[in-house]
Amino acid sequence: MWKMRSFVQSNILFRQSLRLLSSSSTSAAGASIRPQVVPDGSPSSTANEPSTSAAEPSQSRFQKPKQIYKGSIDNAETAKFAAIADTWWDHYGPYKPLHAMNPTRLSFVRSALCRHFRKDEDTPKPLEGLKVVDVGCGGGLVCEPLARMGAQVLGVDAVEKNIKVASAHAIKDPITSSIQYRCTTAEQLVVEKQEFDVVLALEVIEHVADPIEFCKSLAALVKNDGMVIISTLNRSIASYGLAIIGAEYILGWLPRGTHDWNKFMTPEELALLMNRASLSMDEMAGIVFNPFTQRWYLSDDTSVDYIASSVKRR
Amino acid sequence: MRNVSVRIFLPIIRWQKCRVLSQAADGMSHVSSAQRSANTAKQSGYKTENAGDSNYDVVIVGGGMVGAAVGCGLASSPLTKSLRVAIIDGNPATVLKYKEKQNSVPDARVSAITPATIRFLKDVGAWEKIQGCRHAPFDSMQVWDYSGRGFTRYRAADVGEPVLGYVVENNLLVSALNYALERTGFAETMCPAKVKAVQLPAGSTASSTGTLFETLGERARNYAGTSTSFQNHKIPDSASLDKFDRNDSWAQVLLEDGRLLRARLVVGADGGRSRVREMAGLETRGWDYNQHALICTVQVGYHHLTAWQRFLPTGPLALLPVGDDLSNIVWSTTPEKAKELKEMSKEQFVTAVNKALTEDYGPLPSSRRNVAAVSKYITPLIGELPPSVSDPFIAPPPVTACLSERLSFPLSLRHATRYVTHRLALVGDAAHTVHPLAGQGVNLGFGDAAALAKTLREGITTGEDVGELALLEKYEKERLWRNLPMMAVLDGFQRVFGIDSLPFNLARAAGFNAAQYLGPLKRKIISFAIGGQV
Repeated sequence: MWKMRSFVQSNILFRQSLRLLSSSSTSAAGASIRPQVVPDGSPSSTANEPSTSAAEPSQSRFQKPKQIYKGSIDNAETAKFAAIADTWWDHYGPYKPLHAMNPTRLSFVRSALCRHFRKDEDTPKPLEGLKVVDVGCGGGLVCEPLARMGAQVLGVDAVEKNIKVASAHAIKDPITSSIQYRCTTAEQLVVEKQEFDVVLALEVIEHVADPIEFCKSLAALVKNDGMVIISTLNRSIASYGLAIIGAEYILGWLPRGTHDWNKFMTPEELALLMNRASLSMDEMAGIVFNPFTQRWYLSDDTSVDYIASSVKRR
Repeated sequence: MRNVSVRIFLPIIRWQKCRVLSQAADGMSHVSSAQRSANTAKQSGYKTENAGDSNYDVVIVGGGMVGAAVGCGLASSPLTKSLRVAIIDGNPATVLKYKEKQNSVPDARVSAITPATIRFLKDVGAWEKIQGCRHAPFDSMQVWDYSGRGFTRYRAADVGEPVLGYVVENNLLVSALNYALERTGFAETMCPAKVKAVQLPAGSTASSTGTLFETLGERARNYAGTSTSFQNHKIPDSASLDKFDRNDSWAQVLLEDGRLLRARLVVGADGGRSRVREMAGLETRGWDYNQHALICTVQVGYHHLTAWQRFLPTGPLALLPVGDDLSNIVWSTTPEKAKELKEMSKEQFVTAVNKALTEDYGPLPSSRRNVAAVSKYITPLIGELPPSVSDPFIAPPPVTACLSERLSFPLSLRHATRYVTHRLALVGDAAHTVHPLAGQGVNLGFGDAAALAKTLREGITTGEDVGELALLEKYEKERLWRNLPMMAVLDGFQRVFGIDSLPFNLARAAGFNAAQYLGPLKRKIISFAIGGQV
């Protein structure tokens, strides 16, 4: 029954975004598709975490946005991640799958950025001169490699513990000690009028309360002709089977409840959201795991996990 | 209206996906030449800041053939050549230049290098130096056993290669690699310098969490009963260990002269009795063969291009061309016999070698006459036969004089249960030692060096720390797939020929004949031996 309802809801979400796209007017009503009711003050961030209970009752989607809007952060999601923050850099701990996948998504990021900013890929530090922000940086798994590639990196995360872990780890190496970490949110950076060449939100958007608002914040952070790269899980039968039943229940890669399938987004929906936020989808690739070789690779199969780059329109 | 916008979107996304993939796949960078040079000019490299200090990206312990090859492998790619690398070697002879004197006798320590190794040497710029010096090609190989029931003869032409390999003196190989390194000005060579102690950080421990599909490599490791905790290894050594910072997240290498180096990655290339391996607490599995190999340079009756090998019950005896009418002998035999051979006069030794090559324990094999008739029937079934199928057995040339001193060393099989741990990788003999019967040892080592350099290159592409265990495990996995089968084959050979009884003799003869007359099998064997794809 609930499954049925979530399909209906997703459909509504999709139609809403379609309507937003087709009606060229940027009405205030469309600003928040899924307004999140934040019970109290502290805006916490976007990181990826599982909640034990149904933290965000699905009915909330139909509720009218109730006054106080506190950004796209989902508190329950945030709490999930704080619990296992210590283990970010244990390559064989809870984040093992993320570590294993990391080189694959970084190779996409690297080639997308090199191509867009016309950098020579055949050098150890091709991203030199680029100012990058990683929104929902977690323990800094993406920040550190980007710093090694020469980028000037700011990592932000709403979970303070993540920021502490990330800073403590980065300081150990002269190359990564230049990374700045801040416990804040994308919205806060927008308020501060910060601008970047590149904005990354990898495996984050499926954890935020309000994807469209989140996308808009990302767009506001990037300079004209800058690049926004988002990776997320597709809302497909395959992703339900692999990312939730497989990864959480059978393989035990992720704590149960890490992901809420209903919050996943199809590539089409993501493209529409981005378009709504003045971002033009540039390139997209699926991130696929081969259980026999134990390897992750880029593929054109976006049915489970995918990564997309988009360029901000002038 | 809505439908229209969706329909337009989908094909665009699909098209973009294809673009990403095709470009990501061939790794093309679309940069104009002007921009490329601008980027290169300001490129500061993947380098530890403050080049004067003791921080290195990679410290290679052991500057022999494999250690120098790792250095060359790193120097030859634009991605890895800005790494800060040190090579430490305790033997001053390592950096001595190879000087070939007119009419000098080649050194007894030689390696038979395969086409795969030659490709690597060409890639790193070491081959041209070897080409200018003494090196001897061999284009065929003949193997037979003492029972005289069968033989196998291979030719390079069977697999479309010009040669099966070259026999090169070890000191020329080291010298050529050092020459290539010096030309790039890449690594700092510290020689003579000795490593006193190594401390590795308490890094990630490799305990595989329950994955559904355990890889074969991991399985093989577990089968061998590996231990997986490598934290904080120290050496049972003096007070100078206080120099180590216990909380350092990098590897620390303390030299005998008191210098302390910090490194993202330590490469153990210090040979079969690797101290680095021992200090890192990595275990080995294996056994001694109760055999010694005796090596020396001899003069033979005529110039030849064949690597000969006769299997005796006590071990194989090989005769390799090293140029002109000179050959190298590698005689694996019992320790007692080796001692005897080493101590006898040169004339007695020559007689003993000739006897062992031709008449000891049994007659030489005779050639099959009816091969042509048989092959007429089997060719349609298994395809074109390799040209060497109809080759007759050729007796090896007589040895006429012993020209060098005779050296001997014990033989054993050793395999490290892990090649890598956090911030450490073993290469070459430090990771595995094999029986010299097929001349594979150093080729496996060069394969390790090439694979490690490739893995580090890939790691830098995706911004990984070069000493990170998860990255190094890719190197280990790749090499296990190559090294373990080769070790199994060599060990199997060694064992099968050690048994002198009729059923075994017949089985071996059948094996030899199969390897000689079955074309596809023959090609596979040669490809495997010369390091191509199996």
